[in-house]
Amino acid sequence: MTLAVDVALRRGTFSLEAAFTSGPGLTALFGRSGSGKSTLIHLIAGLARPDRGRIVVGGEPLLDTDRRLSVPVHRRRIACVFQEARLLPHLSVRGNLGYGRFFASRRAGLGADLASVVEMLGIGHLLDRRPAGLSGGETQRVAIGRALLAKPRLLLMDEPLAALDEARKAEILPYIERLRDEAGIPIVYVSHAVAEVARLANTVVVLEGGRVAATGPADTILRRAELLPAHEAEAGALLDMVVEAHDLAGGVTRLSGAAGQLAVPHFGRPVGTPVRVRLPARDVLVATQRPVGLSARNMLAGRIAALTPMGDAVMVEIACGTTAIAARLTRASAQDLGLVPGLAVYAIVKSVALDPAGVGIGRRTLEI
Amino acid sequence: MLGLTPEEWVALSLSLKVASVATLASLVPGLAVAWLLARRDFYGRTLLDGLVHLPLILPPVVTGYLLLLAFGRKGPAGAFLAEFGLVFAFRWTGAALACAVMGFPLMVRAMRLSLEAVDRRLEQAASTLGANPLAVFLTVTLPLSLPGILAGAVLAFAKAMGEFGATITFVSNIPGETQTLPSAIYTLTQVPGGEGGALRLTLVSILVSMGALLASDMLARRVSRRLGAA
Repeated sequence: MTLAVDVALRRGTFSLEAAFTSGPGLTALFGRSGSGKSTLIHLIAGLARPDRGRIVVGGEPLLDTDRRLSVPVHRRRIACVFQEARLLPHLSVRGNLGYGRFFASRRAGLGADLASVVEMLGIGHLLDRRPAGLSGGETQRVAIGRALLAKPRLLLMDEPLAALDEARKAEILPYIERLRDEAGIPIVYVSHAVAEVARLANTVVVLEGGRVAATGPADTILRRAELLPAHEAEAGALLDMVVEAHDLAGGVTRLSGAAGQLAVPHFGRPVGTPVRVRLPARDVLVATQRPVGLSARNMLAGRIAALTPMGDAVMVEIACGTTAIAARLTRASAQDLGLVPGLAVYAIVKSVALDPAGVGIGRRTLEI
Repeated sequence: MLGLTPEEWVALSLSLKVASVATLASLVPGLAVAWLLARRDFYGRTLLDGLVHLPLILPPVVTGYLLLLAFGRKGPAGAFLAEFGLVFAFRWTGAALACAVMGFPLMVRAMRLSLEAVDRRLEQAASTLGANPLAVFLTVTLPLSLPGILAGAVLAFAKAMGEFGATITFVSNIPGETQTLPSAIYTLTQVPGGEGGALRLTLVSILVSMGALLASDMLARRVSRRLGAA
């Protein structure tokens, strides 16, 4: 199932001209507010129409202005999870969940399995409640369930976590990871938060000023600070790793992956669980010799692949095994160390800098 | 009960019948017009808005006389409808028509306001879940605007119970056929010794109006409780 979008639209001073394709897994539309992310979502869902363009989902054209084709919203089979959830206030949670399922079963003769969706999202105890009585996190989980039960071929999520505090976000993120890995429905996810994108995305489309500034696998995009408008300081590596061991006495969990081994603050996932770790470039130190007498637990050996000036800083890309990590240094540090491409270095990360909340469950790259 | 004379009972039951029929018959057209005015931008929208509001600003006698011209036995609409056995002139049906026309602006106004207050984003969400426009209207728009629709119906009913000028001009004041409560009160005040009856019917009017208001308030409360926290 692929989504191909190529649209243009002008509203006053705002103009959008964007083309991208996305495959299975989760594609993040990333950009600052006003970059056109939400407009794109509305165009894909059919809630707005572009001046010209084409939108094709799984080979079926949903919009083609040249052929004057526009499939109405309710026949697109594209479900949305909005920032404000938009649960129907006059129906119970059960009624909201059944709403999309009813239309899906009339259309395709099969509704999604209520019990498995309820179980996956942990909303069984809420079924007889009214939306007005739910917390923000519960509301958003019900909204996700409602969208899934409509049996969509594509799920759009428009900043579903933006209205929630950090604790509620942390509560929802694992559910979205399960959704991505288990439901088998491609997801287009709008966000302006690097941490969310790093944790969830397989593919990233960077939008700036209504244009696609870059598109590619999450790890290559997020490593490049120049592609993250307004979030340069949050650039960093994404590593696919596996839980290797728990050291309860030392309070750490050991992970291993292509880059080597990392120790992170202990978190309760069984050995063998695939995880993705975000290594923000600003938290990575660079040493030209193996340091001794250092408290930092993590030293990854590698070679400098590239040096990219970013204002007063330098982004250092270090090839480690078959993957790469990034470090952000001042120009002075880079000069004093005599960093040049090809130089063997050690990348050093404090374990506690690796926030367990930032450790995602599941694989970044999907087998297609 | 209430010490009403048989004639007064007839006037009361006739009034209730006329007001109920007028209200029920206006519900669907009222909702349709309210929806058009709230949701659609079309040529002639202002004209429709003006026409709907006309009975509110015209003297009731004028509205009644216009109804007589149009729906009287010789009127174009009256003659046409008489072919199908629907006669308005000097019948209780004419009183219901006059009441419906007079209450229509009040009903449309309340319905329109509540339709405009419905969050369009909820309707969008419903359509992304596969609901076609009619289903969205029936399952989202209608239930969410129910308090306003009820309020509009009660207003129209109350107006119909009290309508006098247009009714008496259009269908006259025939006991048992077109003599509603206000007409009966008016008649009683015009005859010697009618004060007692006029007072009794006035009390009945107040009771019916208050009852309708209280009932609508209770209904609206129940609906908004359903919409709010459970």
